[in-house]
Amino acid sequence: MSARVMAENQPESFKFRAEFLERAHRIIAKYPSSRQASAVIPLLDLAQRQEGWVSRAAMEHVGEMLDMASIRVMEVATFYTMFKLAPAGRNHLQVCTSLSCWLRGSNDVVKACKEKLGIGFGEVTPDGAFSMEEVECAGACVNAPVVAVGDDYYEDVDYASTGKLIEALRRGEKLPNHGSVTGRDGSAPAGDKTSLTDDPTIKIPKQDLAAAKAAFEKAKADAAAKAAAPPPPPPKPANPAP
Amino acid sequence: MPKLTIDGIQVEVPANTTILQAAESVGVEIPRFCYHDRLSIAGNCRMCLVDVEKSPKPVASCAMPVNEGMVVHTKSDRANKARGGVMEFLLINHPLDCPICDQGGECDLQDQAMAYGFDRGRFAENKRAVKDKYMGPLVATYMTRCIHCTRCVRFATEVAGVPELGALGRGEDMEITTYLEGALSSELSGNVVDLCPVGALTSKPYAFSARPWELRKTESIDVMDAVGTNIRVDARGREVMRVLPRIHEDVNEEWLADKSRHACDGLAYQRLDRPYVRRNGKLAAVTWDEAFDAIAVKLRGAVGSRIAAIAGDLMDAESMMALKDLMTGLGSQNTDCRQDGAAVDPKTRASYLFNSTIAGIEQADVILIVGSDVRREAPVLNARIRKRSLRSGLTVAVIGADTQLTYKTENLGASADILAKIADGSHPFAEKLKNAKKPMIIVGMAALARADGGAILSAARQVADSCGLVKDGWNGFNVLHTAAGRVGGLDVGFAPGEGGKDTRGILDAAGKGELDVVFLLGADEIDTAKLGRAFVVYQGHHGDRGAHRADVILPGAAYTEKDGTYVNTEGRVQEAYRAVFPPGDAREDWTIFRALSAVLGKTLPYDNLKQLRARMVKANPVFASADKITAAPWKSFGTSGAVVATPFDYPVKNYYMTDPISRASRTMAQCTEEFVLGTKQKTGTHG
Repeated sequence: MSARVMAENQPESFKFRAEFLERAHRIIAKYPSSRQASAVIPLLDLAQRQEGWVSRAAMEHVGEMLDMASIRVMEVATFYTMFKLAPAGRNHLQVCTSLSCWLRGSNDVVKACKEKLGIGFGEVTPDGAFSMEEVECAGACVNAPVVAVGDDYYEDVDYASTGKLIEALRRGEKLPNHGSVTGRDGSAPAGDKTSLTDDPTIKIPKQDLAAAKAAFEKAKADAAAKAAAPPPPPPKPANPAP
Repeated sequence: MPKLTIDGIQVEVPANTTILQAAESVGVEIPRFCYHDRLSIAGNCRMCLVDVEKSPKPVASCAMPVNEGMVVHTKSDRANKARGGVMEFLLINHPLDCPICDQGGECDLQDQAMAYGFDRGRFAENKRAVKDKYMGPLVATYMTRCIHCTRCVRFATEVAGVPELGALGRGEDMEITTYLEGALSSELSGNVVDLCPVGALTSKPYAFSARPWELRKTESIDVMDAVGTNIRVDARGREVMRVLPRIHEDVNEEWLADKSRHACDGLAYQRLDRPYVRRNGKLAAVTWDEAFDAIAVKLRGAVGSRIAAIAGDLMDAESMMALKDLMTGLGSQNTDCRQDGAAVDPKTRASYLFNSTIAGIEQADVILIVGSDVRREAPVLNARIRKRSLRSGLTVAVIGADTQLTYKTENLGASADILAKIADGSHPFAEKLKNAKKPMIIVGMAALARADGGAILSAARQVADSCGLVKDGWNGFNVLHTAAGRVGGLDVGFAPGEGGKDTRGILDAAGKGELDVVFLLGADEIDTAKLGRAFVVYQGHHGDRGAHRADVILPGAAYTEKDGTYVNTEGRVQEAYRAVFPPGDAREDWTIFRALSAVLGKTLPYDNLKQLRARMVKANPVFASADKITAAPWKSFGTSGAVVATPFDYPVKNYYMTDPISRASRTMAQCTEEFVLGTKQKTGTHG
C-alpha cells in the first residue's frame, strides 16, 4: 500500500442530494443526540456513493452535520482505505492480490485488467469509465481470486473471465450474476464432494418428547420420595480390623 | 480500594487507577511516550508494558486499571524484553540525527533508548521520510522524527480547545498535521513543544541556538499576564535563551502561554542601558549622577501635591514599595499603579482579587464572565475553565462580545446594563446563579476600566450578595487582572493616598499644568500626550512609549534581571529570582530609588533586599507568606452610580503585543502578522 493522497483538484462545495440527505438523517437518528459523531463513517460512505469519491468539501459538510471538527472527519476518511480521496471511474475494480488470491492466480487477473483497460493500479481510464485498485484481502479466500466491481464480488475469476467481465462492463450490459463466475454454489467445492459424502437424507429417529418428559418427572418424584424416607442404617464395616 | 503488589511493594489505590499511576504512587517509574497525566489515555506507544502474573501477554500499564490481588513486575525479564522490542520498532523509522536535533539532551526517546535500546540496528531497509508541516511561527516540525504518540493532538483538542491537529492516514503512512497545514491558532500552542517526547515539534524561535546543558536555569514568575505562571528562565551568559513553564498545580499546572514563552527575545531589543537626559529637545546619554542631578534640580522646593507617580504593569512589588516610600517622603499622595484606571477599591483586598482562586474554578458550576476576553487576557486561566467544562455540569455565560472562547458559552448580550439587571434580579440568569452550588462571577478590565467602572464594580458586588456568590468557604467574586504588577502594587499601597489623584486625575492635572514632576515606573500604556508640560522621569527597561516622552530616563531591570515579588490575580505572593544581569548601566529598580532618595535628602530606610522585604511585610502582612492564599475578608466596596448601557471594549486587541517586552519581540511581531493581521504570505523559503 502506498500513501493515499488527497486529490489536487477539489470541488468548491458539497451538498447531499435530496434522497441522500433523507438517508443521512435516518442514519443520524439511530444515534443518541450527543453521539451523532458515530454516524461519520456511514455519512462519508453516503457522500462517496453520491459523488464517487470523498472530497474535502464533503468531509467539511459531514463535519458540520455531525458537529465535528473538520480534522476529525479527515482523520476517519484518510484512515479507511475504502474511502476514495480522488475521483474514480464509473466502474471501480478492486483486485485482491493477497496470499490466497495470489496462489490461485491473481497475477493473471491483474494482467487481464491492465491489458484490457490500459491503466495501472490507482489510475482512471481517460473516458472515466474504469479505475483500478489493488486491495488487501477482500475476505473471499474460499473463492479466490476475486475482483470487486463497486459493491459486487466476482469470484473464481481467471484471465479469460476477467476479460469477459470487463468487456461486458464496457458495453454497459446487465452484469452477470455476482458470486462465482464458474457457477459454484456459494463456496461449495468445485466438482464432486470430497468430504461430508454421506447421504444427508438419512432418517434421524424422531424423539417422543412427551414420553421423555414423563420419564424425567417420574425420576424426579422417585428421588424426592427417597430423600423423604428414613436414612438406611449405617453400613457395617466390611472387614473389621483384626 | 483494590490492593495490589508492584515489584514486591504492597499498595492500595482507589479503583479505576491505572497500573502506571499506582506504580508512580509508590515511586516505581515506568517508561512511557504517549501517556501524559494531564491528557486522555491513548495507549498507543506500548512503551509502558509491564508483566502481570496470570496474564498471557505483557500489559500496557497506562491503560490497564488495577484489580484486586494483581501482582505486577515492572522490571522482569519479560517486561524489559517487551520494551526493548517496542524501542527497536520505534527506532526503525526514527532518524539518527540527535547531533543536529534541538531535542538532544532533553529527549525522552534518547533517554529511554539508553535504557532499552539495542546497541545496533537490525533494520536494513529504507527508513521512511515524512514531509515537514507548517504549524505557524512558533512550532517547527521535523515530522520524520515523529513516533505518533498523539500527545500534541490530544493537547490541542482537550486542553487548548482548538481541534486543528490530527493524525491523517494509517499505519506507516500516518502523519500528524494541522488542518490544511494552517498555523495552530491557540495561545497555548508552545506547549506542544514541551509535550513532544521526541524532536518532531520544536521551538521555532529557539531553533539551533543552545543545548540544554549549556543553560543556567533560574526559577522565576511570568509577568505577561496576571496569572503568575511559574516559569524557568534558561540563560546562557547574559542572554535569556528561552522560557519554560514550571509545574504549579494551583496556578498553571504545567502550561505556559505563547506570549510568556516566546516574547523573551524582546529582552534583547530596544533596551535602555544607560541614563538619558533631554537637552534641547533631544535625549542625551549621561551618567547616573547627572541624571539624578537633573531630577534633583526639578524637585528642589517642589510641593508634594505637584508631584505624581504612575507604576506600570510589569513591575515587582519591591520597586513599587520603594517608589511609594520615596513619594511619601516627598509629600506626594498622587500614586497609582492602575494605568487603565480600573475602578477596584485599593482599600478592600476582596474587591481586586480572584477570590475563588484559579484551582477553585474546577469546583464552579456556574460562571458569569463580565467584560473579559479570558482567552487572550489569561490563556492559562482559560485552559482551567476549559478543563472544568470537559466534565459535565458547567454553565458559562458571557456579558460582552463573543470572542471564541474554547468552551461552550451562553451570550447574555454585549451591553453592560445586563449586569445591573442580574443584580436587581430582573434578568433570568440571576435565578441560575442563585440555584448554583458554587457560582462564580469573573469581572474583567473591560468592565472596570471604564468611566462607570465603579458602578459596574458595585453592581457586580450586588450580584455577589443577592445571588449568594459568597458563602461558607466559597467566595465567587473574582476580578481578572491583565497586569502582573497590579495586585502587588495595590497590596503595597501604590494607590492614591489621602486626597491623592488616581491615574485619570494625574493625567488631567498634568494636562492642565498642575503637576511639575511625574514619575513613570515602567508605565507605557498611558496616553503620554496627556502629560502636558510636566517634567517626566521614566524608569524602565524598554524604549517604549513612556521613554519617548521622558525628560529623564533611568534604565531599570526587566523581570528576568531582578529578584522580585509578584502577586498574581488571586493574591498569591510569588518570588522570582534574577536570571541574568541588567544590560549596561541599568540597575535593579528599587536600588535606583534608594540611590535617588539619598541625592534628594530623603534617604529610604533600607539598604538591602531583606530590609526592603521587611518593610513590605510591615506595609501589608500578606507578603510574609509566599505562595499562600490568604482569604480576603468580604467588606463593602464599589461606588454608587448608574451603569451605562454601552458594550465592553476588551483591552487586549492583539494578544501578542501588550507590553514593552512583547512589542520589542520579533517572534511576537511574526505572530501578529500570522494570527492578528493575517498578512503573512508563504514564500519560496517556507519549508
